[in-house]
Order: sequence, then C-alpha cells, then structure tokens
Amino acid sequence: MSLPTSLVGVQPKFETKGLRAGFGSTWVLKGIDLKIPPNRVTAVMGPSGCGKTTFVRCLNRLHELTPGAVVEGQALLDGEDIYDRNADPVAVRRRIGMVFQKPNPFPTMSIYHNVVAGLTLNGERDRKKLDHAAEHSLRGAYLWDEVKDKLSDSGASLSGGQQQRLCIARALAVEPEVILMDEPCSALDPTATAKIEELITQLKRDYTIIIVTHNLQQASRVADYTAFFYLGKLVEFDETATLFENPKEELTERYITGKFG
Amino acid sequence: MTAPKGNRRSGSKGDLVLKAVVGAAAIGIVALLIGLGIELTSGSWLSIKTFGLGFITGSTWNSVSDTYEVFPALLGTLTASAIALILGLPIGLGIAIFLSERARGIRAGATALGSLVELLAAVPSVIYGLWGLIVLAPFMRVYIEPTLKTLLGFPGLFSGTPIGTDLFTGGVILAIMIIPTISAVSRDILNAVPNSQREAMYSLGATDWEVVRKAVLPYARSGIFGATILGLGRAVGETMAVTFVIGNNINLPKSLLSPGATLTTLIVNQFGNTFDPLSEAALVEVGLVLFLLALAINSLARVLVWRMTRSTRFRV
Amino acid sequence: MTSILVSGRRRSWRRIFDRIMKALILLSVVIAVIPLFLVVADVVVQGLPAISWSFLTENPPSPLAGYGGILNGIEGSLLMVGMGTLIAVPLGVGAGIYFSEWPESRLSFLSSFMNDVLAEFPTIVIGLFVYAVVVAPTRTFSAVAGAVALAIIMLPIIARTTEESLKIVPITLREASMALGIPRWKTIFRVVISTGKSGLATGILLGIARATGETAPLVVTAGYLNFPPTALFQQTASVPYIIYNFGTAGYPNWTTVAWGAALVLVAFMLILNLSVKFFIGRKSTGVRAEI
Repeated sequence: MSLPTSLVGVQPKFETKGLRAGFGSTWVLKGIDLKIPPNRVTAVMGPSGCGKTTFVRCLNRLHELTPGAVVEGQALLDGEDIYDRNADPVAVRRRIGMVFQKPNPFPTMSIYHNVVAGLTLNGERDRKKLDHAAEHSLRGAYLWDEVKDKLSDSGASLSGGQQQRLCIARALAVEPEVILMDEPCSALDPTATAKIEELITQLKRDYTIIIVTHNLQQASRVADYTAFFYLGKLVEFDETATLFENPKEELTERYITGKFG
Repeated sequence: MTAPKGNRRSGSKGDLVLKAVVGAAAIGIVALLIGLGIELTSGSWLSIKTFGLGFITGSTWNSVSDTYEVFPALLGTLTASAIALILGLPIGLGIAIFLSERARGIRAGATALGSLVELLAAVPSVIYGLWGLIVLAPFMRVYIEPTLKTLLGFPGLFSGTPIGTDLFTGGVILAIMIIPTISAVSRDILNAVPNSQREAMYSLGATDWEVVRKAVLPYARSGIFGATILGLGRAVGETMAVTFVIGNNINLPKSLLSPGATLTTLIVNQFGNTFDPLSEAALVEVGLVLFLLALAINSLARVLVWRMTRSTRFRV
Repeated sequence: MTSILVSGRRRSWRRIFDRIMKALILLSVVIAVIPLFLVVADVVVQGLPAISWSFLTENPPSPLAGYGGILNGIEGSLLMVGMGTLIAVPLGVGAGIYFSEWPESRLSFLSSFMNDVLAEFPTIVIGLFVYAVVVAPTRTFSAVAGAVALAIIMLPIIARTTEESLKIVPITLREASMALGIPRWKTIFRVVISTGKSGLATGILLGIARATGETAPLVVTAGYLNFPPTALFQQTASVPYIIYNFGTAGYPNWTTVAWGAALVLVAFMLILNLSVKFFIGRKSTGVRAEI
C-alpha cells in the first residue's frame, strides 16, 4: 500500500503490521498494514462486516476481552508493539481513550465522578487536581457550561448527546495520546452529531483521532485521512478528499458511489 | 400477546374453558397463601391472646408453668442467619464473580465448577444435617471453636466450653446451605450488567478486579442486595440441617458456643410435646411469626431482584 | 511518555492487588466446593457398609442389632411423592399456562408473585398448615397429609418451569397456528405444549427431587412407622425421616442405617438430576410442532 504523499517521511503515531484478528477459527481482519498519522483525524470506513470495529478494538486491546477472540501481528504505538509479550494491557489502554457507539456513562456515579473515573483509578486523591482535571476535560468536550452547576447529578441524567460528550470528557481526563471513536454519533440526533463533529475537529490539535464510521458524509466532513476496509482487508488509504474524488481502487469507487453498502 | 377479539365461532368457547380452568389453578395459589395466613392466625389465636407481645420478648418455654415465649429461638434464628450471611455472602459473591466475569484462561473450569456449585443445592438438607452432626460438629469442637475462643474470646462472644453442637455450628451449616442461592442469583445479576459498562472501565486502563469493583458491582448493587435477602430468607426457613447441629436448647444462649434453637427447630423439636390447646397454639404462633418473616423477606428480595433482571430464575 | 512495556513501580502495586483479589475469588470457589465433596464422600464411605439387597427390602432393625433395611421409608416416600406429584402437576402446569398465556392480567401478577413467595417458604410452616387442615380433622398422621404437604412444596417449581418453558416458544409459531384458523386453546395445547414438553418434564423432575428430600413437613404430617404403608390414613415412614430419626438416636448401628439411607437418597437425587440434564439437552435440539 503506497502512502499518501503528504505522509511520506512522517512518523506514524500508530502502525499496524500484518494485524489479524477474529473469533475462534474465523478471521475478521485478514492482515492490515496501516500507518496512522499523528494529530490528524483518520476515518476507518467500509460496509458492515468489513472489520472496521474489530480493527479499532484491537488498537486498545479491547478485542481480546471477548471469549474466543484471537489476535496476531503487531500494532506499534510510537514504535512499541502493544502486543509485545512484555506489554501491559492496562498501560496500553491508559494511553488510548475510547468512545463507544452508544454513550455509556457510569449510572451510579455523578457527572463529576464519571469524568475523573480514570484518574481515581490511578490513585489520584488530590481534590484540587481532580477538580481541575474535571473542568479542563469538560471544557475540552464542550460540556462544561451545560453541566458546571450540576456536577453531582447522576451521569445518566443527561441527554444522549450530552452523555456522549461526557464520555469524551471522561476519555480526555486521563490525557491519552490517541482517541478511538466507534461510530460515536450513530445513536445521536443531527444537532448532537454536529456538536460532536465540531468537537472532533478541535480535538485533533492535541490528539490523534481514529474514527470508525459508516457515514460517508461524516468522513468527508471531519476526517483528514480515510482508510477503506472491505471484508477484512485494507483496500485503500489516502487523504479523504483524494479518496472521495479520485479513488485509486475500483472497489473504493463503487462503495463511494453507493453501488453497495 | 393479544388474542383476536370477537371470534364468535366454536373456538372461542374452548378458549374460555381453558382460561377458566387454568385461571382456577392460578387462583388456587393465591387462595393457598391466603389460607395459610388465615389458618396460622386462627390456630395461634389462643396463644396470641394469652401472651401478647411477651411471646416474642420473653424467654421462658415451660410446659409445667404453661408459659411459652420464644425470644431465645428468635435470637437463635437471627444469630445463625447473621453468621450464615457473614460467611456465605463473600463466598457466594466470589463464586458469582468467578463464573460471570469470565476472566481469561479460567473459561473451561468455570462451567464445570458452576455445575458443581449447583450440585451443592441438590443435596437434601437432612443429609447436611447428618453430616453436620457426625462430622462437622466434632471438628468444630476440637479444632475451630477452641481457636476462635482464644483469638476472639474477649467480648464474650465465644465463651463457654466448646461442644460442637451449638449456635455457631448452626450458622456455619446454614452458610453452606445458602451459598448456592446467593451465588446463583448473583450470577444472574452480574450477567445482566451490560458489557458496555465493563468496556468503558477497561478502556480507561483498569485491571480486571478494578473493572469488577468500580463498574460491575456498583451497577449490580441492588440486585446483589436482593440476592443477600433471598439467602437470608433461605436461612430463616431452614430446619433440618440446623436442628441436627444447633444443640436444641430452648434457654437463652450465653454465647455463640452455647447450644441454642431457632424458630424452625423449636417447632420440630417441641412438636411431640404439645398436649394441650395452649401449647399447640403457641407452636402455631411460632409458625405465624415465621410466615410473617418469610413474607417480608421474600417480598423485599423480589422487588430488588426484579429491578435488575426481568426473568425469574428457578432455584432449588 | 511512559513505555507500555514492563510496568513501573507504582503500577505494579495495582497489578499485585489484582492478582490477590483473583486468588481470593478462586479460593472462595474452592471453599464452597469442599463441603460438597466431604459430604458426598462421607455418605458413601459411612453408608456403604449398610448397603445390600436386603437394605432395600427389609424394615429397620432394633437398636444395636444389625443394619436391617429401609423398606418402610422407600415405600412411604414413593407413595407420598407419587401422590403429591399427582396433585401438584395439574395445578402447577395449569397455573404455569395461565402465567405464560395471560401475563397482563392482574391475577397473573398477583398469583405469580405469591408463587415465588411459596417457592422459598419455610417448609416446616407448610407442614404446620397441612397439620391443621388435614391431620387435625382426620385425627391421624397420614400419607395423604404428607402428600398434600409435598404437593404444596412442589407446586411453585412446576408452575414456574412450565411458565418459563412455554414463554420460550416463539410468538411466530403461535401466530402461524392461529392464522390457520386453529382456535387459541387448541394452539396452546398442541403447538405450545408439545414444543415445551421437555421443559415441563424438567420442572416435574425438579419438583420430585425437591419433594423427595424434604423432611420437616413430614415430621408434622406423616409421622413414622416401622412398617411399609398399608393404609392411606395412617402414619407413614419416609427415607428422610429415617435419616432424621435414626441419625439423632445415637446407637451406632442406627447411625449407619441413617448413612445408608442417605446414600440411597443421594443416589436417587443423582439419577433425577442426570435425567434433568438429559431433558435439557433434548430441549435444545430445536423446535418441533405437531398440530
């Protein structure tokens, strides 16, 4: 797979080499070699069953938590293989944040405690540090103004869009370097979606973002680069504009023009 | 499921007959429980009138003086159940966590162990009682109770000569009996916690135990409380396993190592000794107390467990 | 930027704690399973000396005189559990059908709730109830009274399993049958029950298992007799009662008789539970409707 010209010589934030993953004897991902650029939004796109969600869940070692799951190959975060036998999955996940398809705040915790959940896990007890982190993350997720007066309300008391931004704040609070997003807007209405897309565009200044989406328009709105997956293989990877207007592969072109979904 | 309405052809008569017949069975269950309550109340009326509240606050059970008071037995029930919960809850919950959290690598053993724990529940309580009397009680007397006495004897909780067949052993055997109940219900509760909660906690960089402690258990809080209450209900109602090992003494116990009685063992033991209407009524009143306790405990448990899981799982 | 390889010192404390907790949880499983092994082992070891063909065909011995047999208990238990099943099955299956087919009615809600309460009820209290209602008027302990008490104990199990196994039958099956013009009651009987058949059998077997092991209610309803039952309205022995009676008496040979009876009971339970597993296996081989 040739690299888009703008990425030649750029040190990838995440690089997968021959990444294969599946369940039992079925391989969902059949060998992915992909270089994800830092501080950019990379979209992973493709029809149902192409392995895009599995791919992303391999990047923070979430995939292996499913019984029967198998993974092979390498995934290098800043040059270190997260699947190295000496690697600590807990440490890996600390550096990579994830936002899920359906917002999943912890219902028994307040908004405040939801946001700082990752920090208290690491033993942070200093109230001032936690307060500061909470405000900073909530601001970063464009949620501070809406919840600053009700931080002790339950995390589940917010609307869908707000819950998702809360989950983003929660992910931001541990100061990850990479944020994975698995179709983060598919359960949200258009207004909430727009807010989150705007947020994503701002976040890339400080984070590397990988977003799974089946929505072509969303990819063209937010992503700098797009990877097109089909049946577990990487078909094409390029700058979003190029991929959409001038795809190199016929398969890509057929998908873009809606010949199959 | 809605039945088609207004079907005036022959089928509808059959429908009504079926509904009436099976409906009668359903009514029968309600009638049974109501009948139970009525029968117990009327059967114990004489005793209620004679002793009033003293029945549960007094400590004399004496057929010569015709006084029947059950506070020692009530205390015994509460104490033995408390011991059973203190010992049984951590173990039952531990088993549930083990079986439901599917920690990597223990998968295959988990199903086998799960069936084994359920087999625990299949052994009739009278056999646990027999084993308790002949094997457990001497073991407690010789090894465990003297140790407890030396380690924790100071507040008088474990004072007195260890005899093996006492309140404490009663509590231990009850613990063994309620572990399958607590673990089975808790396992259902834990399985009902959505995976997305676990994944959210994992993705923040938590260890397996941290995920359980911070995401799974809090979510399952009320359900686990319900499982505990169900275990308590089972402990309160258990008779045979306890009566073999509790020493069957109707006087006020002085410590956990004294022989004692529970409400259930009181009934079983005094049953042949009731020769006049008053003592018979007293025994039925013990049954009434148990009836009310069981009703309260089980209603509370159902409410708590229903909130988390919509299905009612069968427990032996 | 911290490396993901080989944790630093601060995080290893969390890792150690994680390992400790996992070990404790494993320990709790082991602790729970130990009594089971011990009980079964003791039952086998202590009960085996008493087992012989005559153990199943003779009546109990006098104190200090050999092992005799538990024929009275076996016949009594068979009689009472059998009668109890005959009473409980129609009622339980009926109630279960009502719960599953008319779940929205208030009666369903109330009765189902009471069914659950009955399932966990102290069995000695059920025995007291049957004593007042059957034993007192007839002025004798009896197999009938014992059977009624056992029936009440079995009822909730059968009702609940019936309800659950019927609920599993997919709505599409029922709708297809009704769309063919088959009246609802026939649909229920043919399609639904034949598909849920093994579920019903499971429930009945589980009910029998529970009833066979019950002792406390029989103490106050059926009493005891040294001979097999000869009439329905007379004291009747049962295997659990033998365990209770002979186990607490103190004579060494009687204690062995109790262990032997326990062994017989455990063996019976094992057969029952294996049958249940067999039926559950059959159930999952698919849905077959006979209209």
